[in-house]
Amino acid sequence: MSERTIIPFGPQHPVLPEPIHLDLVVEDEKVIEAIPSIGFIHRGLERLVEKKDYVDYVYVAERICGICSFIHGLTYCMAIEELMKVQVPDRAQYLRIIWSELSRIHSHLLWLGLTADSFGFESMFMQSWRLREQILDIIEETTGGRVIFGSAKIGGVRRDISSVKMDEIMKKMNVYRKDIAQLCEQFMKDQTVKHRMQGVGLLSRADAISLGAVGPMLRGSGIAQDIRSTGYSGYDRIGFTPVTETAGDCYARCMVRMREMDASFVMIEQCVGKMTDGPIEVKVTGNPAGEFFMRSEQPRGEAIYYAKANGTKFLSRLRVRTPTFANIPPLLATLAGCQLADVPVIVLTIDPCISCAER
Amino acid sequence: MSFMGFSKVVLKNLFTGPVTERYPFVPKVYPQGARGSVNIELEKCIFCGICQKKCPTAAIAVTKEPKSWEIDRLRCISCNYCVEVCPKKCLALDTKYAPVSTARSKDMFKAVQSAG
Ligand code: SF4
Ligand code: SF4
Repeated sequence: MSERTIIPFGPQHPVLPEPIHLDLVVEDEKVIEAIPSIGFIHRGLERLVEKKDYVDYVYVAERICGICSFIHGLTYCMAIEELMKVQVPDRAQYLRIIWSELSRIHSHLLWLGLTADSFGFESMFMQSWRLREQILDIIEETTGGRVIFGSAKIGGVRRDISSVKMDEIMKKMNVYRKDIAQLCEQFMKDQTVKHRMQGVGLLSRADAISLGAVGPMLRGSGIAQDIRSTGYSGYDRIGFTPVTETAGDCYARCMVRMREMDASFVMIEQCVGKMTDGPIEVKVTGNPAGEFFMRSEQPRGEAIYYAKANGTKFLSRLRVRTPTFANIPPLLATLAGCQLADVPVIVLTIDPCISCAER
Repeated sequence: MSFMGFSKVVLKNLFTGPVTERYPFVPKVYPQGARGSVNIELEKCIFCGICQKKCPTAAIAVTKEPKSWEIDRLRCISCNYCVEVCPKKCLALDTKYAPVSTARSKDMFKAVQSAG
């Protein structure tokens, strides 16, 4: 038997956009076990809820994550709306879906670039980030911010999109959709990509369930669970079926994300078609009371917000379970037994977002 | 044939010129409605302090006597909340960001002359 060595991976590592630390126990080139440690960037945002009033906290909730910021803010708003029994107007709900799906597309493009970069496919990184920039431009035109949208608010949304603007955007989106589809095809058909991803980081269907995987990690193993199918925020009004793949390897997880991007374009198109004129917010008065669990589907998977309110301006507890946190146990299971050179690829296919995992 | 697929992209990129903008030779055009920095029309302001109370990052400081309105640009997150709540509509978000600063300073606006 060869000797065992521990190789530290992270928190600073060229392929890692954010700090997670893994102690890789290796025998020759084979990883036997991975021991994680997180907590490098804990910011105490959950505690802040006791000091910021519930309306202002939307701004903090949005800053929990720097990529799926809008959906974080939205989930918080929806939790408070449920507590206060607020019915959000239809137009606001459609706008919320449009922005959620735009953030999904930009998040997946960001991920595609980073993943390609993790095995040295630099030009793919440049290509996908160039396309992402165009999506960010649309986001900036409609919300005023590139990454922090700031457009969700309790009771509705802050901004409207005029129909002229919407037509303009849809024209651009049709072009982007083709560009992105073309890029995805090139990536997925590439021999080297297939070589590096197929059969790597296998997560079986049973493991995915028992280890509590979420999002594309779960759907890549053949389980059709997507919180959007529960119909929150008007998703029940547009045709939606979860995207799944059955192989359970890195390649399947990529495939899920690629197909989700295309599905997002379709959803945005449907929303634009179904949207009618009307108010975009309702006035919210009073303070929330009671407790509620809100679930939403972020680009990385299911996020859970637990809010407990006591009838004052300040919530007494807010708990956020982010998708990356849920995906760490399945990640460790897939790392055991892999080759050392495959570690970056496997880590990146869970699409880690550590800053939101640590809040 | 995947090799040929990517060559198409490479060839296209070779003949379309750079995607990035030639800043600062070509000035950056911000889209309408971009959230940049907060500006105040001091003549309209009544120094009620609502913006100070509502600002989520406590970036604004308003005093009634002497009449002054102060903003810490490094604290401001350009969230537009003060603009929404101002009763006199004297605040507005410019599309441009605040200029880069090397020291932590505050922008102070005083209404002494107009009041006197
Ligand atoms: S809310 Fe408006 S009027 Fe009142 S102090 Fe602020 S800027 Fe002046
Ligand atoms: S934009 Fe937001 S953070 Fe900036 S001063 Fe106004 S309320 Fe405060």
